[in-house]
Amino acid sequence: MKKQLEDLSDPTKFQDSIIIDGMDASLLKQMLKSMILIRKTEQRLALGRKNRLIGGPVHLGAGQEAIAVGISQSLQRTDRVFGAHRSHSHLLALNPDFYKLFAEVLGKSTGFSKGMGGSMHLYDQPNGFYGSVPIVAGTVSLAVGAAMAAKLQGTDDVGVAYIGDGAVEEGVVHESFNLAKIQEAPMLFVIENNLFASHMHISLRQPNDMISRFAVANEIPHKLVDGNDVVAVFNAAREQIADMRTGKGPRLLELVTYRWYGHVDWRDDVDVGVERSLDDIENWKARDPIARLSASMLSAGMWSEAEELAFNKGLDMDIAEAWEQAMQDPYPKGSATLDYVYSPILL
Amino acid sequence: MKSHNYGTAILSAFEYLLENYPEVFVIGQGLWSPWYVGNSMTDLDKKFGVGRIIDTPVSESACTGAAVGAALAGMKPIVVHPRMDFMIYAMDAVVNQAAKWSHMLGGQAHPGVTIRSIINRGGEQGAQHSQALHAWFAHVPGLRVVMPSTVADARDLLIASVLCPDPVMYIDDRWLYEQEDDLPPVIELNLAQQKPCVSRNGTDITIVGTSHASLLAREAANNLVSENISAEVIDVRVLNPFFVDDIVESVKKTRNLLVVDSGTLSGGFSGEIIAKVMEKLPVDCLKNPPMRLALPDAPAPTSRILEKEYYIYPDDVVFAVKKVLQYKK
Repeated sequence: MKKQLEDLSDPTKFQDSIIIDGMDASLLKQMLKSMILIRKTEQRLALGRKNRLIGGPVHLGAGQEAIAVGISQSLQRTDRVFGAHRSHSHLLALNPDFYKLFAEVLGKSTGFSKGMGGSMHLYDQPNGFYGSVPIVAGTVSLAVGAAMAAKLQGTDDVGVAYIGDGAVEEGVVHESFNLAKIQEAPMLFVIENNLFASHMHISLRQPNDMISRFAVANEIPHKLVDGNDVVAVFNAAREQIADMRTGKGPRLLELVTYRWYGHVDWRDDVDVGVERSLDDIENWKARDPIARLSASMLSAGMWSEAEELAFNKGLDMDIAEAWEQAMQDPYPKGSATLDYVYSPILL
Repeated sequence: MKSHNYGTAILSAFEYLLENYPEVFVIGQGLWSPWYVGNSMTDLDKKFGVGRIIDTPVSESACTGAAVGAALAGMKPIVVHPRMDFMIYAMDAVVNQAAKWSHMLGGQAHPGVTIRSIINRGGEQGAQHSQALHAWFAHVPGLRVVMPSTVADARDLLIASVLCPDPVMYIDDRWLYEQEDDLPPVIELNLAQQKPCVSRNGTDITIVGTSHASLLAREAANNLVSENISAEVIDVRVLNPFFVDDIVESVKKTRNLLVVDSGTLSGGFSGEIIAKVMEKLPVDCLKNPPMRLALPDAPAPTSRILEKEYYIYPDDVVFAVKKVLQYKK
């Protein structure tokens, strides 16, 4: 495999604090808190799955929080965001309601999808999250259509699709790149390149580890940055989204990252991962997007250890309470299986 | 001379929708070319602009998915597949996405997309230009499947499909395009209330047909008059969700049943019709065993000699009726 990502895919690099010069302190705080909230929410889900309180699969994205958090700062509620199987962060970055996520993952009627979806089928359109599904690349063309609709509707809204490095191996993604470009749709293709598709390392799947090469092939302007540097993600996305809102067509943003857990559930999956090692996991944990931002803010005097402790403590209590509430919540009523097949206003 | 044929009826549905609903747009291959879809979309691009009539790259999958996504964003898109064989590339968008979003997201998302796919066979086009796959789609909960067989339904069910908030597979057959009729002004129908309809009253046998097979059934029923056989013909119109009650009532009256379908036999929709009718009939109702008339369990052949053997003609329906009635010449 051609290693065109160079240092970006080398976990021993980029472990230090990040550059925050010129950044607004309140924005940085907000992004830090959002990343911590997502991390802790997923850790609670990992525990719930391990304890068998969660019945279905959960695909955790711990380690990848900077991507959704960095991008979502430039999104508005009328934008059209589509996720995939590993989308807790994509949703929580738009709406931090971990109680509704817990309820959904537990299959309760109070959840984001009324308990009909679980972890893999999430919905919060009022906040811009149109939906996530586990068919790999299943939403990419849908996002392009929602972006085309934004243009037809005369709005400045954009479509966003979160796409893994594995999903770009699906044919429909390339059709979608081409269609978005030929239509000049306001569409942001976000490539979360975490180097793995399920158990398989990218070197065993593609001849080149840089996904942006497909943007070049489709004449789509692109950026490639460290996905564990929330400020780099924020700056790249802000510029691209601003371009899209002013009619400049689609953009692709490739972000190199790594997931701490295995493909599904709470384990490391070193045993079932092909070319996934404990050494790599430890190194990538040192390229932690939360710790790196926190360190930068501490040294700039924008954040203190006391603040972080207090925030974490309050959040831990809120998460514990939300989890307990979700555990008590009711399941969907028995008729739900048939009730939601077709639109109710017609029946 | 009637005011419309089946093709211009579809065209007038497009015009009605595009004139009255700004959220309607059309996407698919061949939309800027006058010959691709018969006379059913002529000059729509000139009348409504290429921004709303979108001819596309050769990407059935992405274009269908894009229409699903646009529907989620409040549009009423119509995707056109000039031959349904090519639409098989779009099965994920249809089956996994459009049909399931309402259910798996708790009834909150409604991808009200209309997928117009065309059965376009005969003329030595062979196995990949000839399929009628409606039974596949009727097997998918959440997807409404519509097959108009008359000129009026071609227009009115297309309008009803596009106005319906659910995903709809609207299937028309090029072998229906020559039919002519006069059409009254448009009345917007609620697709959820559309059911099979009796297109001809009779007393000796009920012939149920889907799409082009309904036309065959009507023609056969006319030919049977001279032989003193009174056939009642029912056009299914909507295959999913499928309402069987009116067919059951008809069979209770005629006590004989023949089902004609343009798809292949095994695992096909003809079997579904018979199964649903039999479940609701009194045990001793039928005078004779019910029968299915459908295409052989083989891909469509190419040469005209084999095509003639493969497809169903009105005489085949007449013959099948006599067989059901154990009619001896």
